[in-house]
Amino acid sequence: MNLHGIAAIYKFEMNRTWRTIGQSIASPVITTILYFIVFGSAMGSRITDIDGVSYGAFIVPGLIMLTVLGQSISNAAVGIYFPRFTGTIYEILSAPLSFVEVAIGYVGAAASKSIIIGSIVLATAGFFVPLDIQHPILMAFFLVITCVTFSLLGFIIGIWADGFEKLQRIPQLVVTPLTFLGGSFYSITMLPELWQKISLLNPVVYLISGFRWSFYESSDVSLGVSITMIFIFMALCMAVIGWIFKTGYRLKN
Amino acid sequence: MTSAIHVTGLNKVYDNGFQALDNIDINVEKGEIFALLGPNGAGKTTLISAICGIVTPSAGQVMVFEHDNVKAYRKARSHIGLVPQELTTDAFETVWNTVCFSRGLFGKSPNSKLIESILKSLSLWDKKDAQIRMLSGGMKRRVMIAKALSHEPDILFLDEPTAGVDVELRKSMWEQVHRLRETGVTIILTTHYLEEAEEMADRIGVIDKGKIILVEDKNVLMKKLGKKELVLELYKPLKKLPESLATFKLQLANDGQQIVYTYDSTKEDNGAVTLLDALKQDGIKCKDFNTRQSSLEEIFVGLVGKK
Ligand SMILES: Nc1ncnc2c1ncn2[C@@H]1O[C@H](COP(=O)(O)OP(=O)(O)OP(=O)(O)O)[C@@H](O)[C@H]1O
Ligand SMILES: [Mg+2]
Repeated sequence: MNLHGIAAIYKFEMNRTWRTIGQSIASPVITTILYFIVFGSAMGSRITDIDGVSYGAFIVPGLIMLTVLGQSISNAAVGIYFPRFTGTIYEILSAPLSFVEVAIGYVGAAASKSIIIGSIVLATAGFFVPLDIQHPILMAFFLVITCVTFSLLGFIIGIWADGFEKLQRIPQLVVTPLTFLGGSFYSITMLPELWQKISLLNPVVYLISGFRWSFYESSDVSLGVSITMIFIFMALCMAVIGWIFKTGYRLKN
Repeated sequence: MTSAIHVTGLNKVYDNGFQALDNIDINVEKGEIFALLGPNGAGKTTLISAICGIVTPSAGQVMVFEHDNVKAYRKARSHIGLVPQELTTDAFETVWNTVCFSRGLFGKSPNSKLIESILKSLSLWDKKDAQIRMLSGGMKRRVMIAKALSHEPDILFLDEPTAGVDVELRKSMWEQVHRLRETGVTIILTTHYLEEAEEMADRIGVIDKGKIILVEDKNVLMKKLGKKELVLELYKPLKKLPESLATFKLQLANDGQQIVYTYDSTKEDNGAVTLLDALKQDGIKCKDFNTRQSSLEEIFVGLVGKK
């Protein structure tokens, strides 16, 4: 295991994070505040409690997930896409590093950044609604596993993308609908039965449901199912990355 | 002699069907300076990339100090430092960080003393905290050399190292290369400055259209293919060469002050003595003479032209 190599990539990526941390944090924080003003205060006061939780508090886990998913994907995608674009990838390819080590470095850094931002969003939410987290350790677990899984997905997108267009569009095209329809702002039990069934095909439903359970002990699907689904999704991403590395797809000529 | 790089039957067909390398066999010995010469598009960069693991070969094998560069890629790659042809650097990192990053990638623990000495030897020390985007092209090239040296490679690849570097710096880079070789580093370089290969290399490999045309010790190559010129300084300038000397195909130079005789140095009898006799008979007196070897450039153009 080339630990120095992993550390070098991780440190390099984190340096990039610290250089741009202002921008990285500002946008999700502002978005969160807007959501709270609109949904929490303005509309939320007219919406009844869901499963005994006030609407403002109900949307906190979903909002964090919304931010964290987008961040994980774009951090990891940009992280690996940039060296491909500028050509500095030559050094990574010629170094005595296995592809697993390369992925650990990039995905680890992207996930770290998302975890930091997710925590900041959580703290921001604390200004608007009283936060009462029933299972903090489980909550941290969900946060970390989500950041890692979606950073893996971002890593794949960053290798697949052959232009900035794709790099930016895909997260928007995929993540926004999935999170909005994943129960960020409502409980899927509020949907007609058919749509409930369709919703269960959306991996984000399990993330948000499990995450919300760690806050309020209320969820759309059972905790066990949530955790299983997350690991299946993660295994899927790893399998794709394994294939990419085996074939050198879009990395080597 | 141990071989540093041993390439056998290397082929590369790019995805678009273009064959960039055609059955390359090459052996580079430990401690030598090997120059790869070839025109644009000959396959020099492709060959280096295949050895370093950046391009996947279609067939063939590369051994680096007896380690297969696919099966034992960690061992093979950790011997190699690469300075690519293109100036590809990060923009926002500082010089210091980017060089330390390279060392880390190759699995070496931090060593600020060493990095300091590398940066000093490349006259980059005063730029160590500068962001790379603020450096000139020549400085960036030196940063890339520093990155390649940061992990103490045994083999250094320099893909056109002096492209875009001014004359003074070029000379100092040549010196640096020689100093590196003295510490036992094997160096493989490609260059369009043929003067550079002549100046630096121990052996020269000529590559064209993906094929190695020949590999030869530099001096042997120069002798083998070298035409020599004999330049005679005359006492009295000549307006015209006498008819009797026509068989020697002489040329008048320097306003008739010099006679230039071109001959093949590989021939048993080069005809120089006969020429001197003939001149004596015609009463042409010489005050001085010297011989000149044709440059590698002339040899090279001859070689590639023939194929
Ligand atoms: N990714 C690629 N896909 C297809 N063809 C390629 C690719 N990279 C290089 N080639 C082709 O392979 C040939 C060899 O290229 P290479 O870069 O190895 O040449 P070179 O000897 O380094 O040339 P130069 O002296 O100009 O640097 C060229 O004809 C080039 O067009
Ligand atoms: Mg080249």
